[in-house]
Amino acid sequence: MSVTTNSSSKALNPLKAGQLPRWAPWAGLGLALIVGLVFGGMKVAASTLIAAAVFVVGMHVLSLYVEGRRRANDRLAQHIVYGMFMLALVPLVWVSWIAVKNGLARLDAPFFTYSMRNIVGEGGGAAHAIYGTLYVTGIATAISVPIGLLTAIYLAEYGGNSKLAKGITFFVDVMTGIPSIVAGLFAYALMALLFGPGTVNGIGGAIALSVLMIPVVVRSVEELLRIVPNELREAAYALGVPKWKTILSIVIPTAISGIVSGVILAIARVIGETAPLMVAAGFTQSLNNNPTQGQMMTLPVFVYDSYAHPGIPRQPYWDRAWAGALTLILIVMLLNLIGRVIAARFAPKAGR
Amino acid sequence: MSKRIEAKNLDIYYGSFKAVEDISMVIEPRSVTAFIGPSGCGKSTMLRSLNRMHEVIPGAYVEGELLLDGHDLYGPGVDPVNVRRQIGMVFQRPNPFPTMSIKENVLAGLKLNNRKMKGSEADDVAERALRGANLWEEVKNRLSLPGSGLSGGQQQRLCIARAIAMQPEVLLMDEPCSALDPISTLAIEDLIQELKDSYTIVIVTHNMQQAARVSDATAFFNIAGTGAPGKLIEMGPTDKIFSTPDQKSTEDYITGRFG
Amino acid sequence: MSSSTIAQTDSSLRPAKRRIGDTVFGGLSTLSGVSILVILAAVAIFLLAQALPALTTAPDVLAEQGYGEFWGWVLPFAFGTVWAAFLALLIAVPVSIGIALFISHYAPRRLAQSLGYLIDLLAAVPSVVYGLWGIFQLAPALQPAHLWLSKYLGWFPLFSGNPSGTGRTIFTTAFVLAVMILPIITSLCREVFLQTPRLHEEAALALGSTRWEMIRMAVFPFARAGIVSAIMLGLGRALGETMAVAMVLSGAGVIHFKVLTQQNPNSIAANIALNFPEAFGLRVNQLIASGLVLFIITLAVNILARWIVSRRAQYSGAN
Repeated sequence: MSVTTNSSSKALNPLKAGQLPRWAPWAGLGLALIVGLVFGGMKVAASTLIAAAVFVVGMHVLSLYVEGRRRANDRLAQHIVYGMFMLALVPLVWVSWIAVKNGLARLDAPFFTYSMRNIVGEGGGAAHAIYGTLYVTGIATAISVPIGLLTAIYLAEYGGNSKLAKGITFFVDVMTGIPSIVAGLFAYALMALLFGPGTVNGIGGAIALSVLMIPVVVRSVEELLRIVPNELREAAYALGVPKWKTILSIVIPTAISGIVSGVILAIARVIGETAPLMVAAGFTQSLNNNPTQGQMMTLPVFVYDSYAHPGIPRQPYWDRAWAGALTLILIVMLLNLIGRVIAARFAPKAGR
Repeated sequence: MSKRIEAKNLDIYYGSFKAVEDISMVIEPRSVTAFIGPSGCGKSTMLRSLNRMHEVIPGAYVEGELLLDGHDLYGPGVDPVNVRRQIGMVFQRPNPFPTMSIKENVLAGLKLNNRKMKGSEADDVAERALRGANLWEEVKNRLSLPGSGLSGGQQQRLCIARAIAMQPEVLLMDEPCSALDPISTLAIEDLIQELKDSYTIVIVTHNMQQAARVSDATAFFNIAGTGAPGKLIEMGPTDKIFSTPDQKSTEDYITGRFG
Repeated sequence: MSSSTIAQTDSSLRPAKRRIGDTVFGGLSTLSGVSILVILAAVAIFLLAQALPALTTAPDVLAEQGYGEFWGWVLPFAFGTVWAAFLALLIAVPVSIGIALFISHYAPRRLAQSLGYLIDLLAAVPSVVYGLWGIFQLAPALQPAHLWLSKYLGWFPLFSGNPSGTGRTIFTTAFVLAVMILPIITSLCREVFLQTPRLHEEAALALGSTRWEMIRMAVFPFARAGIVSAIMLGLGRALGETMAVAMVLSGAGVIHFKVLTQQNPNSIAANIALNFPEAFGLRVNQLIASGLVLFIITLAVNILARWIVSRRAQYSGAN
């Protein structure tokens, strides 16, 4: 008894506890905002920071006094958790806003139809880079999807607990952790050894991206295949369907929407990669339709190049960089959206 | 250390769905009250509303009055945290915290309020609670091992020890034996008989014999059909409910004609 | 394909013969699995082959060409890589855990999933865009903070030294990196938090714990291994991140812990990205060798993460 009732003995009703009124946090927030504006000198960042600090500390002290230590800690945790979430929205809003604001200036028809061949200063576009991105990512997808899909099938359907399966799982994990620049260096080194030093072309870029993409595909597809209920497989076996046909006609169709969305998300994950392509696919100012010959510009590298090596005046180059950045964001978000919609819309009815 | 619970015209909702309708009942202190009835009849919902645990599900709320020795559990200014401290609960499946030792599990609730408990004091409390749950002899040599290493029945008694370490007024048990084997069930039932000397105990059970064996009073819940709210059909001394119930549906249920 | 003639195989109990379809398909998928091992081995071998000249060439030959000895050259970059990633974690981990908790346990259920997507959007922004944002927006915005910290907290060793006039410091870089690794850590933490058994949460609540106490009693112990692996994954990402560092940081080959000054230790990845396009001869080999060092560092982090998780999993008993 002595231990449990130290707070409840205060009030007549043992169930009640000191409580701040419901409007207290809102009043506190208002007050904190005023304090923030006064002491922050009307600067957004400083005012917000001061207001947040005043609010969190003030409410904690108030709650400590009225509601006791445990309630006060609960409130403190709640305010910090909410604050962290709002904090994370700052860069999201900031980056999207600035990309739209600076990118719209050059997001016009010439941007998508002209390359940078013979362009100095204004005008020009990123057609060569957009084509390059399509080539490189397309080839990378063509390499990664079969390997990734089949590996996932091996792991989920054939490997079981064998040493080989465990080894592959481990090395897929290792591969997930390969830094993108290292993938680029690998592609460079491979091309250098196969075709002579300094061979930099679209294929090299595609190989670099494949190294990044394969583990993503394996992971997501394997996970999906494991969700497919065993009853389906057993039902097929019981009908005398051989294993490979069961996989092709029962297991994969069941998981197909997830597989497609996994592949799309994997593409979205690599399409914005810059560093490996700088190393393995290189730079150029003109359209190159041959992935096996000569350097190939890609959209992320175009953005970097326009920013890092502007001509004079610099502004048109930076405008193009932002337009490229906005295009890239839109592509990646679109791919993400499509992937998510496919996954959600066509998913077989599962537990969750 | 044992209090009377009184419900007056209690309705329990999950969002717009009315799960339990118009319950009025009195649960006497120092006795065992059993809630019986078919699945989905609202007896677990009723039990969980007694310590405001049903609020954990978003959108759940109650209308009407629920009094603990005259104080409304849902009155303004009432803190669910305080309610739960005074009305302990044991769940259907034993749920000791897997990362805590046996002793830490017993003291988990107390530590919240009393951060600096002395070592000897903590030992005493833990021993008393474990003795109260008839578990002391079995675990006294391995108090610092994880609670998840115990058998199912022992884990459930550990959960009871954890609840009674808080010295609650009321102990709620939501089908405490449904995941246990017959021998462990017997141990829990014996324990319930001992605990009723000091606590008000409310137990939900699907097992009619168990209700007959352990309870002093029995409340029978039923629903008219799926989607309809559960209702309290009849409540009275267990002897009477199991021999000469007033309602036909109670008799049907008890004699196994449905449910 | 005779495999579809079910009746035949059913009625006659001939010894099972391996079907061609199964052999081909099983073989193909096994081959793909093995190809992963081959690719990784190739990564290691080719990198090593291209890196060797930088490691084996006599130091005086290297010095003659103006490169200097390899290990002395790479060490500051290795330091910069780890230091920037560590600072980024310092910022990102508390924020990520907070967001994950917000989505799993605080936000209204209906909103939670959409809010989760919102955070995932941060992962959809390509790193080169973060680079642009960092250099054009964040660095100038944080520059006053450099002055303020240096003025009032300059006694603290990390904040000592002359503050940068551009904001292109490891301080700013750490913020950019933190934003980039935040979505990964958040989404992994969110997953494990959501998997906390309801039974344990209710056990904590039934003992009369507040929401925060329930989280500490039931959620965190259950999620500990998951949090560690999420952090390690974020660390791996931060170590390998290239463009944002290359664009934001005004780096050099120095080793010191001061975060506000003009002289910042560059990272391996950024150094490669900045110098590779113009490199030739032994320089290429040297850069590739530094890439190998980066690979080994990230590999070590990954293996460490795996080891911690497996050790914790045995001990926690959380199924």
